[in-house]
Amino acid sequence: MSASPDRIQAAFSAAAKRGGSVLVTYVMGGDPDLATSREMALACAAGGADILEIGMPFSDPIADGKTIQAAGERALRAGTTVASCLALAAEVRRRTPAAIALMGYVNPVMAYGEERFLDGCAASGVDAVILPDLPPEEAVSFRAAAVERGVKVVFLLAPTSTPARIAAACDAATGFVYFVSVAGVTGARTSLPADLGAKVAAVRKRSRVPVVVGFGVGTPAQARAVGRIADGVVVGSAIVQRIAEGGARKARAERVRRFVASLSRSLRR
Amino acid sequence: MTQPDPSGHFGPYGGRFVPETLVPALDELTAAWQEARRDPAFSEELTRLLTRFAGRPTPLGDALRMGTEAGGCRVMLKREDLCHTGAHKINNTLGQVLLARRMGKRRIIAETGAGQHGVATATAAALFGMPCDVYMGALDVERQALNVFRMQLLGARVVPVQSGSRTLKDAMNEAIRDWVTQVRDTHYIIGSVAGPHPYPAMVRDFQAIIGDEARAQVLGLAGRLPDAVVACVGGGSNAMGIFSAFLADGSVRLVAVEAAGHGLDTGRHGAALARGRPGVLHGSRSYLLQDDHGQIVEAHSISAGLDYPGVGPELSWLKDEGRIELRQATDDEALDALQYLARTEGIIPALETAHAVAAARDLARELGPKGLLLVNVSGRGDKDVDHVRRALAERVAKKKRAKR
Repeated sequence: MSASPDRIQAAFSAAAKRGGSVLVTYVMGGDPDLATSREMALACAAGGADILEIGMPFSDPIADGKTIQAAGERALRAGTTVASCLALAAEVRRRTPAAIALMGYVNPVMAYGEERFLDGCAASGVDAVILPDLPPEEAVSFRAAAVERGVKVVFLLAPTSTPARIAAACDAATGFVYFVSVAGVTGARTSLPADLGAKVAAVRKRSRVPVVVGFGVGTPAQARAVGRIADGVVVGSAIVQRIAEGGARKARAERVRRFVASLSRSLRR
Repeated sequence: MTQPDPSGHFGPYGGRFVPETLVPALDELTAAWQEARRDPAFSEELTRLLTRFAGRPTPLGDALRMGTEAGGCRVMLKREDLCHTGAHKINNTLGQVLLARRMGKRRIIAETGAGQHGVATATAAALFGMPCDVYMGALDVERQALNVFRMQLLGARVVPVQSGSRTLKDAMNEAIRDWVTQVRDTHYIIGSVAGPHPYPAMVRDFQAIIGDEARAQVLGLAGRLPDAVVACVGGGSNAMGIFSAFLADGSVRLVAVEAAGHGLDTGRHGAALARGRPGVLHGSRSYLLQDDHGQIVEAHSISAGLDYPGVGPELSWLKDEGRIELRQATDDEALDALQYLARTEGIIPALETAHAVAAARDLARELGPKGLLLVNVSGRGDKDVDHVRRALAERVAKKKRAKR
């Protein structure tokens, strides 16, 4: 076991203490270049994000909608790799105490080497790894190797998940469980499903770890609504969209910081 | 027939690497398929469709002039090109549409490269009056205009995919995204022995009729098993379809022919088994064309059906087990073989199939006058004639330029 502090648990405890839920933000590593994406992640932290997801681009992102697909294409054109995302995470770690989660697809991680990747995570101060195309059944050895290094592995659950699968994911989860709000790909949506509250409650009841909800959350009002029913809220595409709107790095960072601050305020009860 | 382990692994390959949303749908599909296999009413209905709608059994012919020219080897052709819609693809789409109905799904989606699987899916959907959306890379939409129109005639909507390399792999990404979004009422008909479990084993089972028929036909006509069976491999559905009946016959060589494109050493090919490394794409672990960073590399082949950077997991396993032999044919060799089969046997094969024909000519020479060779003619070349005419004209122009 690693002796590093449990920043994930600390984030949820702090949110509980202030009477609100955790804000998780997503930025694609290397979009449109490494230095800019680093400043965007730090702007999220400055805006009040508790957990910073950093995306690792993949050529064939089947779980992502158009906004994050486009971000991944920009990042790949800039030459972003698993190695550069680990280096990026290390730089972010030096400048913020917020928890960091790397999110990506399993093939680039396999090509880099699963153990080598997890060593890199531990060394860079990465707290958790989220791989949407690695369900618990296929993650047995990866999870064990991550636990050995003190890195959390976050599994996803969906509105279609059966009680048996909810149980399996909750048992395998470390850090937190990521509940996908809608059957679909990532991307902001105008409305969230009416039965979201009941579905999330069922998962929270079963889970030992906190449950965050993501996919489709793009406004402070949606974040507030989801914050009432979950331990945390993930906002991705809406932030990536604001980065893609362009401008000087400072202007983009300010735009992101302000947006994240508005989300953060909406989550304080 | 070999079955994967309960979670869909062939040795270290296969499995299910998909977003959680899809896992329950894959469980439902696996259960429906297992149940259907044991249900005589299901196989009766499928058999009826395969015989009275798709035209099965397909004949096994002798390639007499090809055999003579190769030194006397007996070459036999399994004529999947004579199936309704012009290729073996219909065997699978009819089976899957029946399963979709069984599961109460109301909408069909599919991906397609050359358009053959798209046409076969649109056909099966039309037969049962189900709405059908076919995802196709924007580049392939341009290259295969005729098949796009055929799908539209059959009532399907063709959705051009603009992301990535705008070819088959991107069409499959988009089909998966559609499925994730509308999984409750939609069935996704994957056209190859690729994708997450149960697709690789299920599609192989629907295609196994090719090998089952061919094995009995060879035994009937030649009185013995063939020395070798040849098939082209993109994702691998026609290859697994004909190989599966012979897997247990240790004396029968199984030869998988991949697209060498511009040449194996040019980096512009579709030979995932020969030149790929294991990785995860489209829901399963298998040999893949990828760069050092695990990004998927674009495949290249003159034939859109072989223009795919992956391959079915069972073929990856059979490669590691040493049960299949790998050969390749370049774009040029495939063009030559297409013309050759047309002139010597009166059969214009699909460009995909032409790769198998190219390798079969060599194999027939190697086997000699006592040899017996079985070739899977997976599809007919009607869809390719325009493309072939342009490719041949280009080749003539290139030769002229070289002479100057």
